[in-house]
Amino acid sequence: MPLLPLGGFAVNTLVGRRLARAAGWLATLLLAAAFAITVAALLELLGKDPDSRVAILRGYAWFVSGDLRVAFDLRVDPLSITLALVVTGVGSLIHLYSIGYMAADARRGTYFAWLNLFAAAMLILVLAQNFLVMFLGWEGVGLCSYLLIGFWFSRPEVPAAAKKAFIANRIGDVGFLIGMFLIFATFRSLDFDQVFGRAGSLAGGTATAIALLLFLACTGKSAQIPLYVWLPDAMAGPTPVSALIHAATMVTAGVFLVARTHVLFEASSAAGATVVMIGALTAMLGALIAIGQDDIKRILAYSTVSQLGYMFIAVGLGPIGYAAGIFHLATHALFKAQLFLGAGSVMHGNDDATDVKQFGGLRRLMPLTFVTTMAGWLAIIGFPFTSGFYSKDQILGAAFDHGGVGMAAWAIGVLTAGLTGFYMSRLVFLTFFGEPRWPEGRHPHESPPVMTVPLLVLGLLALIAGFTLSTFTGVGGRVQDFLQPVLGQAPEAATASLSAFWLSVIATGLALVGVGMAWYVYGSGRVYWLAPRARFAAGWRVLTGKFYVDELYELFTVRLGRALVGFLAGPVDVGVIDGAVNGLAGAVSSAAGRGRRLQTGLVRTYAVGVLGGAVLLLAFLVLRTSS
Amino acid sequence: MKVAPSWYLVLSALLFTIGVAGVLIRRNAIVVFMCVELMLNAVNLSFIAFSKLNGDLNGQVLSFFVMVVAAAEVVVGLGILVAIFRKRSSTSVDDVNLLKG
Repeated sequence: MPLLPLGGFAVNTLVGRRLARAAGWLATLLLAAAFAITVAALLELLGKDPDSRVAILRGYAWFVSGDLRVAFDLRVDPLSITLALVVTGVGSLIHLYSIGYMAADARRGTYFAWLNLFAAAMLILVLAQNFLVMFLGWEGVGLCSYLLIGFWFSRPEVPAAAKKAFIANRIGDVGFLIGMFLIFATFRSLDFDQVFGRAGSLAGGTATAIALLLFLACTGKSAQIPLYVWLPDAMAGPTPVSALIHAATMVTAGVFLVARTHVLFEASSAAGATVVMIGALTAMLGALIAIGQDDIKRILAYSTVSQLGYMFIAVGLGPIGYAAGIFHLATHALFKAQLFLGAGSVMHGNDDATDVKQFGGLRRLMPLTFVTTMAGWLAIIGFPFTSGFYSKDQILGAAFDHGGVGMAAWAIGVLTAGLTGFYMSRLVFLTFFGEPRWPEGRHPHESPPVMTVPLLVLGLLALIAGFTLSTFTGVGGRVQDFLQPVLGQAPEAATASLSAFWLSVIATGLALVGVGMAWYVYGSGRVYWLAPRARFAAGWRVLTGKFYVDELYELFTVRLGRALVGFLAGPVDVGVIDGAVNGLAGAVSSAAGRGRRLQTGLVRTYAVGVLGGAVLLLAFLVLRTSS
Repeated sequence: MKVAPSWYLVLSALLFTIGVAGVLIRRNAIVVFMCVELMLNAVNLSFIAFSKLNGDLNGQVLSFFVMVVAAAEVVVGLGILVAIFRKRSSTSVDDVNLLKG
């Protein structure tokens, strides 16, 4: 299954420049074919008995060293199939969209090659049967995100953004590597079945260490505190890239990792609580910062950070929340990709402008984009019966039922739902409603069908996916039942489903309050929409400045690093190391100078030497024979 | 007064010492050669004295050898000396210091 996009990458890299237009269609077709294969695998899996829905493909032995045998093993089970469906399905739509979006770019061939490589790497990640193959995919998607974010590398802010993404990812990858080492040291194997089968014997400390290290990797890849700072800057890349990588697939790799290794997280309650709290805090932080952003893509980026926080709350809670987290992963893929592609369509029609302050009243000029974006908007705020409604309320319900740290997460999550309503509505109202605000000479227009068709598909799915695939409380939903063999059954909630109803009322109510506030400020025209900026100027600046986290990081890493390097390059390198080498040379040289004076060149001196030597020899012989 | 053979040994040592002193002190190359000859002859004398003392003829035979070698050495040495001082027109051994480091 991963072989198809991998082949696409190879082809496009080699001949992409000549193919030009065809490159896009080739890439899309390959990924669509992969999607078809995935669906076929899904059907085959559904045909099996629920408890035996696992197919393991033992591949080529990568390396064998002592106890360690690592092969390219692939695993097809409900969890990986779900993710694979998301990757190939949403990915195909985004490929299709990219054909229109990148139609004017000369380096399209390279773009599609990397897009295919990215899909291949992500598929390797989700289909892996052991940690090392998963890490291969993990690194692969990190690499592709660097390549694709940095696609327009001639723009000034782009290379730095790409580097930032890769470095933040790398820091997380250190966690993954060390976690893998610990796993191998503890279990003598990296294969999932062997590790999870023996996880019961894990000591608490080791389990916490492993789980937290793996979670560090997740914070890097899935943009949680403290490593989320790369995601907003990554908006410098093409919008379909943002949609694919940052909404639907790569950032969700972290959630997938926690779900896949959930056995390890269950062995340590401290790790689970950490995941939940960081998820909750990130959700809140993302939403707060999103309020203060004017760039449409950045609002969506911080929204992604926030929604990922929700997912981590879910998977950190334990068996209650796994299915809900994965379900939210899938629904989020749908509506976030929809929103990003919609934003791309808006930008495409507005000469690639991204500043929300310059939009306004676009709903008449870009009807299809408007309708589909509204669908995505309804889903993300959790409007009743949309997919986002089901998944988000399941997460919040699971958090509430869990108690303890879950209650705190529930409270934060509900507040964040309100904030989500507010900032997303702000985005929608400022873009599509109100008076036109774009500068002279710009003619906003609707996008070509190759771009709007994916928008329609995603919008539709965003609305109906929840209704058709799951139930209100998550118990007995088709998604949950499907995932049960892998993720375990959620324990029966102590509270009856009536309580779940009231919980969802609270959450949805708060979201609608947020929408209402946004309407009052931005949509209704009753208040001058820039007024909050002036009235809460100091607070607004903090939000716009992203709580100055980036500056803080820069202080600790860049400045400190420069000082350290300066110190090492100066006194240490020049003084100590060069001093030692030069000093050694100097010592040898002075000793040699002193030794040189023996060479007088005078014959008589040498004669003295001969005489002296002869006397010594004679004395030695006399003394020896006399003793 | 009877001249005991041991006196010859003392004489030989004395001559040797004078030769050594001459080699070390004098600067004229020809004088250095003459001192070298002096040392060789001193050794010859001691050979003869020992031969007489021990009743062994080996010492006298060896002294013949020494005389032959001394002659050959003189030939070679004077040849080198002439070659060098043809170039330099100075007979001081101190002037041959090209190996000074």
